[in-house]
Amino acid sequence: MIREKESAGRLALAGAAALLLVAALGMVFGYAPREAVMGDVQRIFYFHVSSAWVGMLSFVVAAVSGGLYLSRRERYWDMVEISAVEIGIVFGLIAILSGSIWARPVWNTWWTWDPRLVTTSVMELVYAAYLLLRQGLEDPERRARFGAVYSIVGVLTVPITFLSIRFLRSIHPVVIGSGVVGALGGFAMTSKMLETFLVSLLAFTVLYAALLVYRVRLALRGGRLEERRSALFSE
Amino acid sequence: MVETPPAPGRPAAPGNIFRCAWAVVGKDLAAEWRSKELLGAMLVFALLVILVFNFALELDLPVRQAVTPGVLWVTFAFAGTLGLNRSWAVEREGGAWEGLLLAPVDRSAVYLGKALGSFLFMVILEALVLPIYSALYTVDLFQPGLLIVVLLGSIGYISLGTLLAALAIQTRTRDVLLPILLFPVVLPVLISAVNASAGFLSAAPMDQIWPWLNLLIACDVIFTSAAYLLFEYVVEE
Repeated sequence: MIREKESAGRLALAGAAALLLVAALGMVFGYAPREAVMGDVQRIFYFHVSSAWVGMLSFVVAAVSGGLYLSRRERYWDMVEISAVEIGIVFGLIAILSGSIWARPVWNTWWTWDPRLVTTSVMELVYAAYLLLRQGLEDPERRARFGAVYSIVGVLTVPITFLSIRFLRSIHPVVIGSGVVGALGGFAMTSKMLETFLVSLLAFTVLYAALLVYRVRLALRGGRLEERRSALFSE
Repeated sequence: MVETPPAPGRPAAPGNIFRCAWAVVGKDLAAEWRSKELLGAMLVFALLVILVFNFALELDLPVRQAVTPGVLWVTFAFAGTLGLNRSWAVEREGGAWEGLLLAPVDRSAVYLGKALGSFLFMVILEALVLPIYSALYTVDLFQPGLLIVVLLGSIGYISLGTLLAALAIQTRTRDVLLPILLFPVVLPVLISAVNASAGFLSAAPMDQIWPWLNLLIACDVIFTSAAYLLFEYVVEE
């Protein structure tokens, strides 16, 4: 029996996502300062990194759901997994495209074979392979089981891919973490930038949660439709 | 079939698993010895890939040195998918698949046997390709370092490949899906193998090669364990 959550929480989540996005947009264009070297194009950073974060978060959510499905065999977790993959692939694509647009004026190239870019592309390809895998299966139980196995394999290998390419030189800006701005186009964040960035990050995460919740509801309804259809035809 | 949780049958005593795995390997080797279909196909395919590379890239002497590790591993990766697909496809014919699954042993033992068999086939292929490549392009490939990298890389590739091939063979698109599933996730193995091979071929100092070797070994361990554990979820019937 598939349960469905009540709608009040969902609406609140969607409302919160909308408000935060408006706030983030306002801060990106109104509050955050203009970067000294790169100028206004740097403002892409706030949504670019947030999208990348959501894409990777979704990858992990999909794998965790896969693990939960394999241990509990509840269809709900399979719904969460496919929703996470679908949403993740979109945010990953946004991250790659926005990064590319940012890169053109700053690095004078649309693309470079740097660890983070390659890893994100690999992640997108794993997502795409996942969707192709599900497409090639008719039995929903098998689809859920195989999807879960593949998402777990993916979450194990993609970080290792990142580490392995990291051995090679990187020109991707290292803004957060080591603090060593050795790469071209790196910049130190002032406190205003940091605040704007955190709001953007929060806005995108809440947006992701809202999209996930609605997509899962869609998947649950699809599941119920499938159940009724097969019950009808098996008479 | 009615869905039932996997019945491991006998408890997974280590001796039992290896004996079962070895039986599966023996069966695969015996079948291949009689027909020699698979190795023939893999060998011809590998040679064709090398031939295509000859025309695709201008392999004059200085370029050859730089490009050899990449060309070798691309060749192995593509020929390897043939072997992996075939390894599971033969089981589907004649009801051998059901027979394997009904056997009263831990399903992971079947995985081990299949993986070992595929690994042996890949090693035989490599043993044939390396001398031929060496002769055609006058590159000395018989350095112990390189041979070790080839073995380690094959382990990583085959361990993930066996799991994903078992997955792919049960879909509508079958064979076609294996490269799509396998290549994105086997990248760490390929990257480490290519770089370690390049290091050995260019006689780089060992401390430059060790990070790649360590990564390769780590990948082998992680991927083999993960595949071994996940396999039973792939063959529940």
